[in-house]
Amino acid sequence: MAAATPGSLGLREGIGRQVDYWATLWRRTWRGVIVSSFLSPFLYVLAMGVLLGGFVEADPDVLEGATSYLAFVVPGLIAAHAMQTAVSETTYPVMGMIKWQRVYESMLATPLEPRHVVGAHLSSVVLHLAVTCGLYNLVMVPFGVFEAWWSPFLAFVAQVLCGTAFAAIVYGYATRVRSEESFGVLFRVGVFPLFLFSGAFFPVVNLGEAGAWLARVTPLWHGVNLSRMLTLDHVTWWVAAVNAGVLVALVVLGWRWSVSGLQKRMIA
Amino acid sequence: MSAAAAASAAPPLRPWQAVRLLLLRNYMSYRRAWPLFLTGFLEPFFYLLSIGIGVGALVDSFSFGGREIDYATFVAPGMLAVSAFNGALMDSTFNVYFKLRLNKLYDQILATPMTTSDVARGEIAWGQLRGGIYATGFLLVMLAMGLIESWWALLALPAVLLLGFAFSAVCMAATTWMKSFQDFDKITLIQLPLFLFSATFFPIDTYPEPVRWLVECTPLYRGVVLCRELTTGEVSWASAVSVVYLVAMGLAGLWLVRRRLDALLLT
Repeated sequence: MAAATPGSLGLREGIGRQVDYWATLWRRTWRGVIVSSFLSPFLYVLAMGVLLGGFVEADPDVLEGATSYLAFVVPGLIAAHAMQTAVSETTYPVMGMIKWQRVYESMLATPLEPRHVVGAHLSSVVLHLAVTCGLYNLVMVPFGVFEAWWSPFLAFVAQVLCGTAFAAIVYGYATRVRSEESFGVLFRVGVFPLFLFSGAFFPVVNLGEAGAWLARVTPLWHGVNLSRMLTLDHVTWWVAAVNAGVLVALVVLGWRWSVSGLQKRMIA
Repeated sequence: MSAAAAASAAPPLRPWQAVRLLLLRNYMSYRRAWPLFLTGFLEPFFYLLSIGIGVGALVDSFSFGGREIDYATFVAPGMLAVSAFNGALMDSTFNVYFKLRLNKLYDQILATPMTTSDVARGEIAWGQLRGGIYATGFLLVMLAMGLIESWWALLALPAVLLLGFAFSAVCMAATTWMKSFQDFDKITLIQLPLFLFSATFFPIDTYPEPVRWLVECTPLYRGVVLCRELTTGEVSWASAVSVVYLVAMGLAGLWLVRRRLDALLLT
């Protein structure tokens, strides 16, 4: 598929043509990415996992199979961190490229189409998620939270998938809102409650019957649960399939929502 | 010369009049951001439910002041102090930076009979008004959930305002040195460790002795322990140390802000 006619670039080629743009952006910002994706999770693990965890009785029946609170909380924290990274990369930056720096406008003045632009931007976010989650898992190896040699690898895939689902959905949202104040409300009534109540810090059964089911329909719970089951090698296969299925479905839905959102905003 | 003549011709404002005017100005400009204002109240409440109740179910009771208290009772006053700390920090860094460097609001204010002292007092008073409303709401939630054990808790509101004042003043002074938004990373660098390690989530005797001493010297810890002493009724002469510490910190910050604003805007 070389030499496509104007207006009919393949998805792969369209994304490929933006590699140098995103590579330049990465070259200028990667130091900040490393620091921010290292420091804040590390401090959380130390405070909540190690110090507060010292007061939690390590009962695998209560802690969903974990033999310490640290082992329980870490996979949840990584999945939640993936969500937060994804959301912060797809809110202000997307709005900035639409209406402040108008980068998308110049991109779309070329043969590129919205799906190429969305594809390249989301690819960059996925790369960021992979770096962040990879480092986080790496740092956690000496703490002995992984129960099998393959645990960190599979858990890593689950965490990146979780982040990608949020990136795709929030991207679609960001193409549709007009002012950045909507993001403040999204953080306060969406991201923050998910962070606290989706089972990252405590088993959702502590919320009571109704609360637990409410938590189980949130996308973050699926990411947290999958990440934790794989980390602890305590997998119920049908639940894992549901978790992964929900996240993949969100990625697909979010992708289509994002492309149609950018199409409406910038073209039609 | 003519500027001095004009200044002397304008009727002088008393400090309270100036503060009132600045509060009114801020109220008018924030009136339309009420969803942001209302949702701000939810933040400490969510923390309390998640950490206090959810994590609390996993944790045994802690001893504080020589007796056992359950985890939610232990954590709630910490959340109260942290919420005042976060609010003061955000208000006096991001907002002040914006007004000082980007929309040059303070330059405009100083063209009126107001002085740099009025700006400092007015902005800090505004932050305290917001913080006071959130804190009152949070104390009522604590009362409803049975997490208040003493009448001393009535003094928790002034204690929270004192904590907010101390941080507002110092952070506003720090903001006057900031040159770009990249400098805010340094604020996060200080905010996060203070938030996580000020004996908010677990008792201070978790730390080894030298670390414990270090934590005892940090301002947020003084606020957390003061609030905890008040809501559980374990008040002693040692509580006065926290009060004096925070008053001194706030006054020092206020003095520094005035000097810095003078240097930046009047010379």
